[in-house]
Amino acid sequence: MMGRTIFIDPGRCIGCQACVSACRECDSHRGKSMIHLDYTDEGQSVASLPTVCMHCEDPVAPCAEVCPADAILITADGVVQQADTTRCIGCANCVNACPFGVPKIDLQAKLQMKCNLCYDRTAYGLAPMCATVCPTGALFYGTIEELRAERPGVQVADTFVFGETEVRTGVAMVVPAEKVQWPVPGGLPVVEINGKDVRR
Amino acid sequence: MTADTPAADRRTVIPLDPSLAPPGTRGFRDAGGIPADQWHADQNGETLVPTHCCFCGVQCGMYLRVDRGGKVFGVEPRNHDINRMRLCPKGINAYQQVNHPDRLTAPLMRRSRDEDFQEVSWDEALDFTVSEIKRIQLAHGNDAFGLLGGASLFSEKTYLVGKFARVALKSRHVDYNGRLCMVSAAGANKLAFGIDRAGNPFSDILLTDCLLIAGSNLGECFPVMTQYVWGARDRGASLIVVDPRETAIARTADIHVALKPGTDSAFFNSVLHVVVEEGLTDTAYLAAHTTGWDEVRAKAAEYPPARAAEICGIPAEQIVQVARTFARAPKAMAWHARGIEHHSQGVENCLSVINLCAATGHIGKPGAGYGTITGQGNGQGGREHGQKSDLLPGGRSIMNEEHRRQICEIWGIEEAELPPAGTSMMEMVWQMQRREIRGLIGICNNPFVSLPNYQVVKEGYDATEFHAQFDFFLSETAANAHVVFPVTTWAEDEGVMANAEARVVKHNKAQDPPPGVRTDTWVMCELARRLGAGDKFAFADSREVFDELRIASAGTVNDYYGITYERLEETGGIVWPCPSTDHPGTPRLFEDGKTYHPDGKIHMQAVEWHVPMDPYDDEHPMSLTTGRTVAHFLSGNQTRRLGALVEQTPRPWAEIHPSHGFRNGEPVRVVTRRGSEVFPALVTEAIRPDTVFIPYHWPVPTAANALTIDALDPRSKIPEYKVCACRIEHAAAIDEVPAPPVAPGHVAYPETQVSRTDPLPPTAPQGRGTSERS
Repeated sequence: MMGRTIFIDPGRCIGCQACVSACRECDSHRGKSMIHLDYTDEGQSVASLPTVCMHCEDPVAPCAEVCPADAILITADGVVQQADTTRCIGCANCVNACPFGVPKIDLQAKLQMKCNLCYDRTAYGLAPMCATVCPTGALFYGTIEELRAERPGVQVADTFVFGETEVRTGVAMVVPAEKVQWPVPGGLPVVEINGKDVRR
Repeated sequence: MTADTPAADRRTVIPLDPSLAPPGTRGFRDAGGIPADQWHADQNGETLVPTHCCFCGVQCGMYLRVDRGGKVFGVEPRNHDINRMRLCPKGINAYQQVNHPDRLTAPLMRRSRDEDFQEVSWDEALDFTVSEIKRIQLAHGNDAFGLLGGASLFSEKTYLVGKFARVALKSRHVDYNGRLCMVSAAGANKLAFGIDRAGNPFSDILLTDCLLIAGSNLGECFPVMTQYVWGARDRGASLIVVDPRETAIARTADIHVALKPGTDSAFFNSVLHVVVEEGLTDTAYLAAHTTGWDEVRAKAAEYPPARAAEICGIPAEQIVQVARTFARAPKAMAWHARGIEHHSQGVENCLSVINLCAATGHIGKPGAGYGTITGQGNGQGGREHGQKSDLLPGGRSIMNEEHRRQICEIWGIEEAELPPAGTSMMEMVWQMQRREIRGLIGICNNPFVSLPNYQVVKEGYDATEFHAQFDFFLSETAANAHVVFPVTTWAEDEGVMANAEARVVKHNKAQDPPPGVRTDTWVMCELARRLGAGDKFAFADSREVFDELRIASAGTVNDYYGITYERLEETGGIVWPCPSTDHPGTPRLFEDGKTYHPDGKIHMQAVEWHVPMDPYDDEHPMSLTTGRTVAHFLSGNQTRRLGALVEQTPRPWAEIHPSHGFRNGEPVRVVTRRGSEVFPALVTEAIRPDTVFIPYHWPVPTAANALTIDALDPRSKIPEYKVCACRIEHAAAIDEVPAPPVAPGHVAYPETQVSRTDPLPPTAPQGRGTSERS
């Protein structure tokens, strides 16, 4: 994970969408929110979970790897920027490549958009908009030491496994201390596509 | 700044921590360099104005971003003591009201309700209003004209509302919409402690070992308070939530007591019973600091867990568990909100919580105490300075000879001229129905959505001969008026509010009002002048009103005398009582073990539970309860116009348990004795099977308050919003689900389009979605 980064704690999320609203207020993409807020267990629980860009480290950002136009650039401090508008061709390769389902395509503008860790803020040492306003601290911005100082005994994970691929991310997840699985299972394996068993 | 600076331009520079210099200002660009000066424009001409949110009782600090043209165009988090940069979606989007296309910019007038509104000049609207007041009062007496205020007004304006009614209108009939919000807690606090406010600041939550939250959907209605809850839990504190629904804050609680609506006092009595049985009371504290303990203990003995479990519909073990957790904690706190207050036994419910805190000695210590969370931004301050029908400024009683004399002296009137106590908001509506009140001015309220039993409210308002309303949007209530005065939003005027901790904070002016818009203060003073009381209302701005308010509250329990605008700007908020300008304020009450009663003790009162006013029968076997959702605020007049919030929660729904056999999104008809309405079902296991929940922010035909009962608590006169008998039926067709009325200026996001071709109506995106297990 990066030095100062976002830690996502789904246990604290109350689904209020303050992060979604705050993301719209960010000057780099005003009016459009880059956060996905999912209700994971609808009907049984009010549990919810915000997804921001995970700023993958290894393999280096899958979205950037598959970009045919080299539009997705990564800064020296590990932040995966949103597509450079002068290069992006709106092909949506990055949308398909991202294991977390983060990037979006603005169909009208034919441009990719995604969270860039509020680079206009974090470059100056401020927290991103979402983590600044999050009322519960489900989105926390800082170093792992700062997080541990605030929340004694907290466990975090930054490695997720998708099928046979492990992805190490710059953004980390808080995981239940008593049920640590390493790496964190990041998605259900694909079993069938169009009725065909694709496991072999 | 000199004394002859126009009031509108008095802006104070507040030094800012450079590490938090906001983007867009020079300090941000020179991060770590020169501290940013909010009032000083950067190269782009942007300034930041420190103020607070206009919505709930947490009163989060925020900056409003103001562009080169002096217009508010955005929001920036502010590191204020209350919220420490945090905001909720309402606060983030609040600025969008200020320059919204729906803003009223000229007085609207019509001579009868059959005509359409015409835009008229201020003189014409004021003259017509004054002539109608005089006509009605001459024919039917002074008390035939009423005034209804609001708790989202600055304290200065609430002071003026009370003074205007009694000095200019000379009418006893003044009340405010905090009557629908806080008065049960206020009544209980007054009875038990002799002072009406929360006993502890929010920061005490961080120190507690056990937090009990009763009847509050904290995660949706006061989201920013959850950071304190989590701060306590990170230290290992336990969390108990009492709520019929598994809300976001209840989801991860240590104990979630999902009791039946309207049974709170039986539950708390039973918890107290277990505390006594197991010898967990703080006998030393009870002996030294309370009266009435013997009666309370005798009453609690009538509520063994087995009996209460049956009344509340919960396992008896849970009651024992709550009692042990709360009483054994070294420091425990109880916070409650509308969930236990909106009842015909609201005062008793609050008293039963106070009894529990007092019996366990959890009062007036760091991390131990009792608090009530105010719903409206100025829910606390709004009831302190004479807006309430039975109170005068400084929390004085209007029936107390001595108090009357003091206020008459300050106001410069004869005591005989000061009217006696009036009636409560709902009672005033009944009086309108009976034509005892024939004229009304409403300021900052929207009873057509927020009062229970809409039919009665509509009849009452329709029966008035004259009705004027102050608002900045044409609310459902304003649309029924004869005259609508376009007034300022919170960002166009300065003033103070008191939050749930009784911390007085100052809101600053961020932009000039649009042309044609005046402040509420100006309109009230101008009406008073035309009514012949101009000498008592010679106020130029909020600052002058506040100076009189300070003097009027000096020496009372609600002492504001030591609070000045300058001090508020320097400190970021002062908690009353603050008797002198060098007094730091009183964040925590009862630290010396003394209450504000003459004997200094907590007056405990025995509480008897009784069934809710709307009886259950075979026709109506279920409980209907109402509440709020995170994206909207009260009557929705402000939030239902803001695109982001409408997108988040576009419509109300009826939340029901899967056991009733509804599919998610299916139309469900909710029937009570007042009427029936159709909502999309939101099927979820997060609600009791015998309970239906509907959020109340929308007007008819999707109004929860068309179904609720207008039964009142006999002491506090709060309506019983939180429980009435109902049944649910399958509606015949999807077309029966009405779309909620959309405000004309509502700007939708392009991707938000509700398709009516879907087989089922959309539900609210609240994450309580479908329960269809595959």
